[in-house]
Amino acid sequence: MTAFQTTGDVVSWGRVTRGLHRVARPAWPEQVAALAAEAGATPGKGLAIGLSRSYGDSGLNPGGALIGMAGLDRVHAFDTATGILCADAGLSLGALIGLALPRGFFPPVVPGTRFVTLGGAVANDIHGKNHHGAGTFGRHVTRLGLRRTDGSFHELVPSDPLFGATVGGLGLTGVIEWVELRLTPVQGAWLDAEDVPFGDLDGFFDIAAASEGFAHTVAWIDCTQGGASLGRGLFSRGNWRADPDRTVHSAKRTPALPLDAPSFALNALTLKAFNSTRYALKSQRAGMWRTHYAPFFFPLDAIGGWNRLYGARGFYQYQCVLPPPAARDGVRALLQQIARSGQGSFLAVLKTFGPLPSPGMLSFPREGATLALDFANKGDDTLGLLARLDAVVREGGGRLYPAKDGRISAAMFENGYPNLSSFRRHLDPGLSSGFWKRVQS
Amino acid sequence: MTTPCRVIILGATSAIAQATARFYAGEGAHLLLAGRNTQHLHTVAADLTGRGASAVEVEVLDLGAPTDASAQLAVMAARLGGVDDILLAYGVLGDQTQAERDVALARDLLAVNFTSAAQWCLAAANLLEDQRRGSLVVIGSVAGDRGRQSNFIYGAAKAGLGTLVQGIAHRLALRNSGARAVLIKPGFVDTPMTGHLPKGGPLWASADAVGAIVRKAADAGGPVIYAPFFWRFILLIIRVIPAPIFHKRPL
Ligand SMILES: Cc1cc2nc3c(=O)[nH]c(=O)nc-3n(C[C@H](O)[C@H](O)[C@H](O)COP(=O)(O)OP(=O)(O)OC[C@H]3O[C@@H](n4cnc5c(N)ncnc54)[C@H](O)[C@@H]3O)c2cc1C
Ligand SMILES: NC(=O)c1ccc[n+]([C@@H]2O[C@H](COP(=O)([O-])OP(=O)(O)OC[C@H]3O[C@@H](n4cnc5c(N)ncnc54)[C@H](OP(=O)(O)O)[C@@H]3O)[C@@H](O)[C@H]2O)c1
Repeated sequence: MTAFQTTGDVVSWGRVTRGLHRVARPAWPEQVAALAAEAGATPGKGLAIGLSRSYGDSGLNPGGALIGMAGLDRVHAFDTATGILCADAGLSLGALIGLALPRGFFPPVVPGTRFVTLGGAVANDIHGKNHHGAGTFGRHVTRLGLRRTDGSFHELVPSDPLFGATVGGLGLTGVIEWVELRLTPVQGAWLDAEDVPFGDLDGFFDIAAASEGFAHTVAWIDCTQGGASLGRGLFSRGNWRADPDRTVHSAKRTPALPLDAPSFALNALTLKAFNSTRYALKSQRAGMWRTHYAPFFFPLDAIGGWNRLYGARGFYQYQCVLPPPAARDGVRALLQQIARSGQGSFLAVLKTFGPLPSPGMLSFPREGATLALDFANKGDDTLGLLARLDAVVREGGGRLYPAKDGRISAAMFENGYPNLSSFRRHLDPGLSSGFWKRVQS
Repeated sequence: MTTPCRVIILGATSAIAQATARFYAGEGAHLLLAGRNTQHLHTVAADLTGRGASAVEVEVLDLGAPTDASAQLAVMAARLGGVDDILLAYGVLGDQTQAERDVALARDLLAVNFTSAAQWCLAAANLLEDQRRGSLVVIGSVAGDRGRQSNFIYGAAKAGLGTLVQGIAHRLALRNSGARAVLIKPGFVDTPMTGHLPKGGPLWASADAVGAIVRKAADAGGPVIYAPFFWRFILLIIRVIPAPIFHKRPL
């Protein structure tokens, strides 16, 4: 009897790609080896997944098998003297915070949601608001346990080439069984934060340069504005506070949207109204305030299933990074294209990445400016706009984030990732993904 | 600091038991994990230690076998230096269709889910009554509320267990013993026990959600707690549907 069940239920966060998968969800670590071998031996191949918070098709394998790792979430060891934690790859960062914060530790890097697993964090070598000081997630990983579909098991340390392939390796080098990482000591659950409005794109770069003293920075851009207000927005920055209160985030959320919202819920008009109000409201709050880490790092987690606001057709996210020489002009060109299209996004995020090298051969972060935006899926209109954005990114020598992508061409991918040929040597031949099948030329 | 809560968990490798144990671990409890799979017990023990349990003991035994449960429990309690809560979580769903035809299999199912569980519950009741404090928390099932063709052998064992625990709760209360007993009746829970069933929809709860209810039940409430609460109303309806109508449905 196989532990895999066929289902059409697995979708990624963007909800665009639909397909049938054979899915297995192991409950005990020793089940992984057999599942990997079984998946790897089938024509559609296999892929390990976490909490499916990737937007596109890099965490999907339509027609193939998926090994859902989120049920494997046990701690192996946690040394509260050093902050070194070893746990199953399915442990979520939210659960990690729940067990580590009361003892004075926090994940070294967190993305914009706490619903990601250690395995997903490694496989996309995720970045957070602290990239300029801390680098990517993978920089804090000290050891990895990797199971290949041929049954072999590899305990990897950062100097191993297979480690460099696995960090940022999109799940294609094997199933990550466990992750050991170094957590960051914190006093408590609170940060000092402030929001600084800026009127245009130059304003953003000025504030970013002047924010060296802040561990966490990110900016929100009002994409509906063109002309002189192009790139206006709010710069948000903060530092951990020496505050002894260690209250963990509440697990309560507003109930998830049970249905896809009707498509008119997010038309250009509501978008403009939303963006303008948000700008007006936020820019009135001046100075520093004390904030809990949950609204600071994970503002959207309070709304269960917000991705369904984009309707049944789903949405694309577009995230690129442009190296320093091209950053300013490139981001301006991207924002111009978006403002002109009227397909402005619900959320637009701009941040500078620092110079710390990323450990993965396919890690997305590199020094420069990264812009991330959502686009409701309107078919060819949307794909046409995204292709125009691709041209700008390519021109500037930038690249796109596979965790967010569901449509780029093989050429666009190859262009952005010069280490691709070294990476290919470490592929597990029994693994694949929708993304990977698409970018094979 | 107060002394950590001391808890014996019978069937500690169950998904619901693990979820419950994580709440105890977060409070710094001292845990004893009883079960039959040595490797799994140690995996769970490491997890609970990593989550803050002050200490975790492992006791390997087949809980379904007849044994001197009072003596066994006394040994476990001694390993913890005394006990505050006893959780009984193990059980097997079994294959109803097969068990209908193979009476020996049915007998085994009843033996594990009722007979063996009853010996532990009775022994626990005596222990808690004698020490005049502590809680016995037992996982039953909504399947025990009305016999249904799809799972009535398992259901019958859970019904019997439920009646037993209710009776123990009555006895402990009446004698002002200071000890309590609580029966938890989960509905559909996403765990390995239901791994073969299609999941999703509002009726399915996570082991974590049920674990939170179990942990609270050890401190207060009862004697019968549905998990989540809405199953109380669903079962109320299911119990009152007249047989002529009920018998037309393949529930
Ligand atoms: C609201 C929101 C905000 C976000 N903000 C950020 C951000 O600020 N920065 C950022 O970098 N990302 C961000 N992301 C993206 C998210 O962090 C990544 O997509 C992350 O990888 C998702 O983790 P997951 O556990 O859901 O993995 P999945 O999406 O399920 O899988 C992601 C990849 O990891 C692989 N994988 C997962 N588990 C394993 C395993 N055990 N072994 C091998 N491979 C595995 C999969 O094959 C896939 O390639 C955000 C996403 C959302 C929804
Ligand atoms: N899941 C549901 O939908 C649901 C609904 C209502 C009630 N329940 C009840 O909830 C309880 C927990 O089940 P679960 O959902 O958490 O399922 P589970 O993860 O499958 O747990 C069942 C556990 O019982 C253990 N067990 C069975 N026989 C044993 C024996 N003879 N000796 C020692 N351990 C034994 C199993 O150990 P091994 O791994 O060694 O086999 C396993 O750890 C059970 O009593 C079940 O009847 C579950």
